[in-house]
Amino acid sequence: MIRHRSPASTRRGLHPAAWWLWAGSMAGAASRTTNPLLLALIAAVAAFVVSARRTSAPWSRSLVVFFRLGVVVILVRVVIQIVFGNRLPGHVLFTLPQVPLPSWAAGVSIGGPVTAEAIIQAAVDGLRLAVVLICFGAANSLASPYRLLRCLPAVLYEAGVAVTVSLAFAPEVVMAIAGVRDARRLRGRPTRGIAGLRGMAIPVLESALDRSLQLASSMDARGYGRRVTVTRATRRMAGASTTTGLLLVVAGVYGVLDSGSLPAGGVPFLAIGALLVALGMAASGRRTNRTRYRPDPWATPEWIVTASGAVVVASLVAASMLGIHGLQLQVYPLAFPALPLVPAAGILVGLVPAVAAPAPRRPISPRMGGTVPALPPPAIEVGQGTVA
Amino acid sequence: MITFSDVTFAYTDEDQPTLRRVNLSIDEGELCLVIGQTGSGKTTLLRAINGLVPHFTGGHLSGEVTVAGRSTREFPPRELADVVGVVGQNPAASFVTDTVEDELAYTMENLAIAPTVMRRRVEDALDLLGLHELRDRPLSTLSGGQQQRVAIGAVLTASPRVLVLDEPTSALDPAAAEEVLSSLTRLVHDVGMTVVLAEHRLERVIHFADRVVLVPGRGEHLVVGSTAEIMATSPVVPPIVELARLAEWSPVPLTVRDARRLAEPLRRRVATAARPAPSGRVEHRDRPVATVERLSVTYGDVIALGRVDLAFSPGEVVAVMGRNGSGKSTLLTQLAGVRAPTGGRVRILDQAPVDLPPRRLIRLVGMVPQDAGVLLYGESVDDECSTADRETGLVPGTTAAMLDAVLPGVPPDHHPRDLSEGQRLALALAIVLAPRPPVVLLDEPTRGLDYPSKERLVGTLRKLSADGVCVVLATHDVELVAQVATRAVVLAEGEVVSDGVAREVVCHSPVFAPQVAKVLSPEPWLTVDEVRTALATGADRG
Repeated sequence: MIRHRSPASTRRGLHPAAWWLWAGSMAGAASRTTNPLLLALIAAVAAFVVSARRTSAPWSRSLVVFFRLGVVVILVRVVIQIVFGNRLPGHVLFTLPQVPLPSWAAGVSIGGPVTAEAIIQAAVDGLRLAVVLICFGAANSLASPYRLLRCLPAVLYEAGVAVTVSLAFAPEVVMAIAGVRDARRLRGRPTRGIAGLRGMAIPVLESALDRSLQLASSMDARGYGRRVTVTRATRRMAGASTTTGLLLVVAGVYGVLDSGSLPAGGVPFLAIGALLVALGMAASGRRTNRTRYRPDPWATPEWIVTASGAVVVASLVAASMLGIHGLQLQVYPLAFPALPLVPAAGILVGLVPAVAAPAPRRPISPRMGGTVPALPPPAIEVGQGTVA
Repeated sequence: MITFSDVTFAYTDEDQPTLRRVNLSIDEGELCLVIGQTGSGKTTLLRAINGLVPHFTGGHLSGEVTVAGRSTREFPPRELADVVGVVGQNPAASFVTDTVEDELAYTMENLAIAPTVMRRRVEDALDLLGLHELRDRPLSTLSGGQQQRVAIGAVLTASPRVLVLDEPTSALDPAAAEEVLSSLTRLVHDVGMTVVLAEHRLERVIHFADRVVLVPGRGEHLVVGSTAEIMATSPVVPPIVELARLAEWSPVPLTVRDARRLAEPLRRRVATAARPAPSGRVEHRDRPVATVERLSVTYGDVIALGRVDLAFSPGEVVAVMGRNGSGKSTLLTQLAGVRAPTGGRVRILDQAPVDLPPRRLIRLVGMVPQDAGVLLYGESVDDECSTADRETGLVPGTTAAMLDAVLPGVPPDHHPRDLSEGQRLALALAIVLAPRPPVVLLDEPTRGLDYPSKERLVGTLRKLSADGVCVVLATHDVELVAQVATRAVVLAEGEVVSDGVAREVVCHSPVFAPQVAKVLSPEPWLTVDEVRTALATGADRG
C-alpha cells in the first residue's frame, strides 16, 4: 500500500493567524499605555522579531514603510497640536500669533503660547498610534495578508473575492505608478510636481482597475466560488451568523483595548461573537466545497507565539488594574518617565517568537535556478568583441 | 470535446460581430492551433471556450458552445474550471496567490481535491515545468518566462481535459518556448489532453499542431483544416513554408528536419551564388553615438547588469538577445535614461540621459517599451499626434506625417485602445520618432504582431538605419533579428557573452538561428528574401 506523507508534514513557517494574533496583542498593549519608554520597547520587540523571523519575500520589507508612516503620524500630531491644540499651561517654548475667534467658537484656538507639556503630550499620543501601526507592519512582514485570507471560512467567499481584489489593488497601484511614470518620461512629460501628478492619476487608476477586473475573472475561471452543495438558506444563515459574530468579536476586542467604553470590558461581546462564528462555520463546514493545500498546522510553536502575545497584553492590563504607576505619562511635573518593571518585563515576553517560531526557509536567490536548465550559454566567439 | 454550433458574438459597443456563425468541433486529444491577424477575434474565440466570453466581457452571444457536454450557457466559467484550463496573454495578471506553490494549488483547492492528491500533483507540475527550484519564490520576483510556466502549471494541476492557451510563447526566449511547447505535446500524447493554442510565431508551434483554425477576421468564416492543407494556402506562414513555396517543395515540410532532407539541391544551388552582402555598413565605429561604460545595475541583491561595456554607432541596428531575465530590458531602460545606474555610466552624445529633463531627453533618445500602449493617453489618434507636437515643440502635423510614413491609414478618430496591436505600435513609434532622436530603442517590438505588421516594422527600421539612426532592439524574435539586425549582442546573467555581426552570431547558435539558416546550414543565408535574391542573381549568371 502506498503511504502518502501527511500533507502538512513539512513546515512552511508559522501559521499566519498566530503571527497576526501576536501582533494584534502587541498593538493592544501599545494602545493601553502612553509611557514613551514602554511604547519604544514594544516597537523594538516587534522590529527584533521581524528581523529574526521574516522571509526574503517582497512584502517582508514592508516594516520600514510602517516605521516611516509612524514618523509622519507623530509629526502631523505635533503640528496639529501647535497650531490648533488646546493650550496646556506650563513651560512656554514660543508663542504663535493668535487668531481671534468669535465667541461662539470657544474651545477652539488658533495660535497662542505653545508649551513643552503640550508638545510632549501630542508627541506621545502620536507615538502610541505609530507603535500600533508598526505592530501591524510587523504582522504584514511576517505573514502576507493572502496567507491569512486562506484561513477564511468558505461561507464568506463573496467577501473573499472583494478582499482579495482589494488587497491586490494597493500593490497594483504602486506598480502602475512606476509604469506610468516611466512612460511619461519616455514621452517627455513631467513626472514630478502638480502637473505630473494630474497627468498620472487617470492612467494609474485605469490600469490598476483593469488589472483588478482581470484578477476577478481569473479567480472565476479557476473555479473560485463554485456551486456550494449546502442549500441557499443554510448558506445565508451561516454567512449572516459568521459575519455578525466577527463584528461582535471586533467590538469586543475594542472594548478590551479601550477600558470603560463597553460594559464589562467587552468580554460578553467577545464570547457571543466567538460562539456565532463557531456556529456559522459549523453549519457551512459540514459539507465544505473547498480543500486546503498544505494547511498551516496549529501546533506548539503557534500556541507559544499566541501565548507570548497574550502575556504582553495581560501584563499591561494587570498593571493598570493593580494601579502600578508609570503606565500613563504625566506631564505635570515635567520629568523623564520612569520605567515600570512589571509591564516592561511583560513586554519582553513578546520576544519569545524570535526563538519559538520556526526559522523561515530562505528561498533560493533569484539568480539561481531561475532559467531553464539544460541550456548552456551560447559559447560563441565572434570577431570584433566589445567596443570599449 | 469542444463544439461551437452556429456561434455569433458581438461586443456590446460594436455593431460588427467579432465571430459570425462559427461552427467548429475539436476532438479529444487534439492540438489545435488558432492563427490569424491581430484583432481578428482569436482571443475572443479562445475565451468563449470556458465562457469568459460573454460572462465576463459582456456582449451578445447566440448559438451554443459546449465543452465536454456542458454548455457555457448554463455553466459559468467557475463551473467549467475542472474541464477547461485557460492561460491568458499576460500570465502575471492571472495570478491570485503570492507564491509559486500556492498558485499551483489554487485551482485544486477550489475543486476540493483531496490534500494528498494535491500534494502529488503540485510536485508533478513542478517537475514537468522545471519549477522545483522556484517553489517558495514570490510570484512577483519571477521573470516573464518563469511566470508563463507557473501560469501553465497552475491550470495543469487541476488536470483539465482541455487546455486553452493564448500566445503562450510570446514572452519567452526561444529555448524556454521550446521547453513549454514540448511539455504541451507530451500532455497531448501521453494524457490525451485537448490543447487549443493561439500563436503568432508560427515557426515555433506549427510542427506541433494537428489542425489549424484560421480566423480571417471581420466576422468572416473560419478556415479549418489539417496543418499541411492550411499551410499550402494560408496568407500567414512561417519562413520554412515560404522557403518551400520558393523552392517548390511538395509536400510542404513543417519541420527543419523534413526541410533539410528536401533542401539538398537548393543548398547546392545557393552555394554557387554570391554570398549575401554583410548587411549593415558599420561605419563611424570611432565615433559612437551612445556608449555604456562598466555599467552595473542591481535590484536588491539581484545583479541585472554587471560591468557591461558597449558602444553603439549611427546606422547600426543592434539586436540585444538572451534568455528571459538576462538584462535586456534593463540595458534599454538605462540607455533611455529612465533609471539611474548603480555603477558605471551611460552617455548619449556625451550626455547622461538620466540627468536630462524629459523634454531634452526625447530629442536625444526615444524608446518604445514592451507594451506600446502605455505611451498612449490621448482620447484619439489625432489628439495623441497633436499633443505630441505641442509638447515637443514640433511643427504641428509632424507626428501625424510620421505616422503616415510608418503606417498609412490609421483611423485618426479612433481611441488608441481600439487600435490593433500593429497600429498601436506604429502610433507609439511615430510619436517617439517625430523629434528625430539619433538613438531609438525598442523592447520586444514584435510581441503580439502578425506577419504583415512585422513586415512593415522591418521596413521602418531599415529606413531608420539608412538615415543614420542607431536602433537598439531587445528581442527574442530570431526571425526579426535575421531580417534587420546588423549586429547582435547576446547577454547572459547580465554580462555580454557575444557581440558581433548579426549573421555570424545567430548562424553559430543553435538557439538563436532562424529557420532558414537551420535548413541551409552551413550556407550563411538567414531569410527567404536573401535566398530569393541569391537564386535570381545565380540564374542571371547561369
